[in-house]
Amino acid sequence: MKKTFRIGGVHPHDNKISAEAAIEIFPAIETAYVSMAQHLGAPATPVVAVGDHVKVGQVIAEPAGFISGFVHSPVSGTVKSIGPRADIAGNLVPHVEITVEGDEWMEDIDRSDTVVKDIPYTPEEIIEKVKKAGVVGLGGASFPTHVKLAPPKDKKAECVILNGTECEPYLTSDDRIMRERPREILIGGAIMMKALGVTRGYVGIEENKPAAIASMTEAAREFPQIEVVVLKKRYPQGGEKQLIDAVIRRQVPSGALPIDTGAVVQNVGTSLAVYEAVQKNKPLIDNVITVTGGCLPVQHNYKVRIGTPMSKILEVAGGVPEKAAKVISGGPMMGRAIANLDAATVKANGAILVLTEAETRRKPESNCIRCAKCASACPMGLEPWLLNKLSRAGGRFDELEKERVFDCIECGCCSFTCPAQIPLVDMIRISKAEVMKIMRSRPKK
Amino acid sequence: MTGTILITIACLVALGLLFAVVLYFVAQKFKVEEDPRIATVESILPGANCGGCGQAGCHAFAENVVKAPSMEGFFCPVGGNPVMAKVAQALGRAVEESAPKVAVVRCNGTLASRPRTNVYDGYASCKVMASLYSGDTGCKFGCLGKGDCEAACKFDAIHVDPEKGVAVVDENKCTACGACVKACPKSIIELRPKGFKNRRVTVLCVNKDKGALTRKACTAGCIGCGKCAKTCPFGAITVENNVAYIDFTKCKLCRKCVEVCPTHAINEVNFPPKPVIAKPNEENV
Amino acid sequence: MNKLLVSPSPHTHGKESTQSIMRDVLIALAPAMLVSILSSGWSALMLILVGAAACVLTEFLIQKYLLKRPVTVSDLSAVVTGCLLALNLPPNSPWWLIVIGSVVAIGVAKMTFGGLGQNIFNPALVGRVFLLVSFPVLMTTWDDSGSMFGLVDAFSGATPLGAVKEGLKNGMTLSELTADNLTFSQQFFFNMGGSAGEFSAVALILGFIYLLCRRVIKATIPVTILCTVFVVSGIFWLADPERFTNPVFNLFTGGLLLGAIFMATDYVTSPMTTKGQIIFGIGIGLITVFVRYFGSYPEGVSFAILIMNCTVPLLNKYCKPRRFGEVKK
Repeated sequence: MKKTFRIGGVHPHDNKISAEAAIEIFPAIETAYVSMAQHLGAPATPVVAVGDHVKVGQVIAEPAGFISGFVHSPVSGTVKSIGPRADIAGNLVPHVEITVEGDEWMEDIDRSDTVVKDIPYTPEEIIEKVKKAGVVGLGGASFPTHVKLAPPKDKKAECVILNGTECEPYLTSDDRIMRERPREILIGGAIMMKALGVTRGYVGIEENKPAAIASMTEAAREFPQIEVVVLKKRYPQGGEKQLIDAVIRRQVPSGALPIDTGAVVQNVGTSLAVYEAVQKNKPLIDNVITVTGGCLPVQHNYKVRIGTPMSKILEVAGGVPEKAAKVISGGPMMGRAIANLDAATVKANGAILVLTEAETRRKPESNCIRCAKCASACPMGLEPWLLNKLSRAGGRFDELEKERVFDCIECGCCSFTCPAQIPLVDMIRISKAEVMKIMRSRPKK
Repeated sequence: MTGTILITIACLVALGLLFAVVLYFVAQKFKVEEDPRIATVESILPGANCGGCGQAGCHAFAENVVKAPSMEGFFCPVGGNPVMAKVAQALGRAVEESAPKVAVVRCNGTLASRPRTNVYDGYASCKVMASLYSGDTGCKFGCLGKGDCEAACKFDAIHVDPEKGVAVVDENKCTACGACVKACPKSIIELRPKGFKNRRVTVLCVNKDKGALTRKACTAGCIGCGKCAKTCPFGAITVENNVAYIDFTKCKLCRKCVEVCPTHAINEVNFPPKPVIAKPNEENV
Repeated sequence: MNKLLVSPSPHTHGKESTQSIMRDVLIALAPAMLVSILSSGWSALMLILVGAAACVLTEFLIQKYLLKRPVTVSDLSAVVTGCLLALNLPPNSPWWLIVIGSVVAIGVAKMTFGGLGQNIFNPALVGRVFLLVSFPVLMTTWDDSGSMFGLVDAFSGATPLGAVKEGLKNGMTLSELTADNLTFSQQFFFNMGGSAGEFSAVALILGFIYLLCRRVIKATIPVTILCTVFVVSGIFWLADPERFTNPVFNLFTGGLLLGAIFMATDYVTSPMTTKGQIIFGIGIGLITVFVRYFGSYPEGVSFAILIMNCTVPLLNKYCKPRRFGEVKK
């Protein structure tokens, strides 16, 4: 029997309509807007000045704290300005604007197609290289990868799980890289295993990607330590905690970190970035973005330089159709709606999804009929209906904390399944923020 | 037959007496000693339990004010000075008068002056909306118009005007309890003194963006040009972070700033209409 | 391009709505309604139509004129209540009876608590029990003289459970009583006597299967109720077969199937977690058997469900789902 996680989950329609579109190199852009906040944690500090000439792969910003990251120039050209620019949510974030001139790369980057399998580096060297290359988790949370590769001393990693589930509907960028570059992904996995000092690796792939499963299984013959695990199709299998449960049957206790189960989960895209960083000296300057949606005439999987405006990508992909109502960065379950199409891509952008009004418009909310479908769907075993009830009417935050509102991973299963169209995740999200405020204000014991 | 009735009555009377005695002793045993002044103070308070005083409710207010050595730090915004005077009298203390206040929504970005750039389709709550993105207009600071303040108000004194798209305070009902100030995720609402004859001059904008950006987002926004600050004879206006602010302790209600403001972001209320210059009376607060 | 929509995630929704769920319940009730119409004729059809119409109208009037709130009758929940109430009455009941029942069901049991999702008791059952205690004779005798399809011979009398209870009270033994009683297949396929919805176990089970396939309900509650009734009545029957009816008779007579499948599984008035649902089901099963054996009413399903409805808030509070991370390694 195929494995899957043990609690909750839903089955949204797959819609992997861009799965057969091979990865295309996105055409050169005129201007790149590189955000300084491309990772979880403190925004990076720019180390270039206006008027400086930069090459592709040159460091333009350095980390401003432990949880932060390097940012490299994705293009070659002249720094035109450094200052605030609106991100996809319309909030101002420091950006470095670079006018593109030619395509001159840093000399130490290996741009050949040769696959380098041998890993001559020590774990420390690997972590340093990953850090210097500005690699972050590409599954969505953009957590700096080097931090994950160096777990606290009292925790012991036992295995690496590569996340190739891509459980969100529509998205196909991971599917494409698994089909086109399986060996590189697995070498990336092997590098991370070496860095963590573990001998066991898994690649979790959902059954709806047979071509990716075939190519990864074929490539995995060279890597006896890495096993390809075929998983049942079920959302949110790509959630870190759910994937650990599905692959090695261990559940992360409430309040604990995934590393407490001994597993380190990395997205296959991250794995590819780690491979390129360590074996090819190539920092994270581009990523594969799925441009999809039922209303688009053609679907694409583009390899895009970071800092490309979304509007430019949509324009090259064939323009936004008249009936488009919402543009989402990411998938329909957890992606973020884009309010500002001129915002530039960041490292963790995996998709641009265009939906029509009929596909996405919310319907009016009605009374909760207590069907408990939300509780059945919740992959964390919570009771969203109760959290919703406690969130309303002023909010009973002490009870919310007891009902483990912090366990919520905001996967959206409850809202997705609710027949009364109650925006359960919206409510839980604001409660989490409120409870967090209260907890922070409490005197520490 | 009568025998049965008599027995029944006798039993019930006996039971009633027994329970009365038991209840009496239980009440004595578990009696909570409470300062009688707490009840007195509580009866003076309005009893709205709004929490505007910063306490958990009227009873908590009464309890704490009785325990406290002076009236300092205690003020019931709902009851205002008359109630506080009574409370002070009941406790035999002196009280300082404080100026009555009113909530002022510092945003004049109506639907007409602040065009919508996208359509919000989530749960109708400013808090949810503010945590998601900058808002459905070009202005990142203005009123989101989803009515968190309206929901928080216990006195039906603040409403989102559907035609303007911003919250509007009914100053006759407003008790300045401050619930809306806390509820607003954009921190637009401010408690300001009601002023002489309820007359006030306020900058109805909190946009900290540079002037050009503000003007692009909203025609009624403060662009931080500083004309008002230069004009003000009393030095009551400061411009910081591209937005002007009128210090109500210094403002003498001369209204010179209102005239010079190029975007009409400075608003006057409850002044008699000027005879010469016919100016649309914008009653936004 | 128009202005973009912006909302928090998720940006897509499943196909289910309150209306689609209620529609599924109505479809599941269709076989039972069909059987009652075929066997009792126009009177049964009239009952269903009047019931549904009265419930919808009551809800509409209360929401529109009394509460002045948006009218939500289009969610079909009132129609379901009306149909269930109709299936809970003898098929030849006069029209005014179901109107009274509907007004009580919607007006008292549902809207006073705040409408759909807020009520503590199952509205259709409150309506039924109200009628049962107010009009006991009308509610427990059954008459088929109006049958126009001629499927069965005209039959008039008490329900099987009523007959057994009456007989036992008069000192008869069960073997005497059941000498001319129904065979198992009759009970299973076409059990004459009882309310409109209690005729055919097959029709009800068909509805049950439909609800399970559409994932409208889970099997937990009905299965626990039926198992409990079977086991508990089995123990009594083994102890004294002359006094207590046999378990199979208990399963397929009266409103047990109708109650277990359609009334006890009502979302609003049943527990949310599997653990709670099992306790709820066992409670209903036990109370049903005890009322049938020892109570003064022949039938106990309605009372059992209503009594267990009271425990739902408590069950919801103490029976929590299995949280992620709480399993043994």
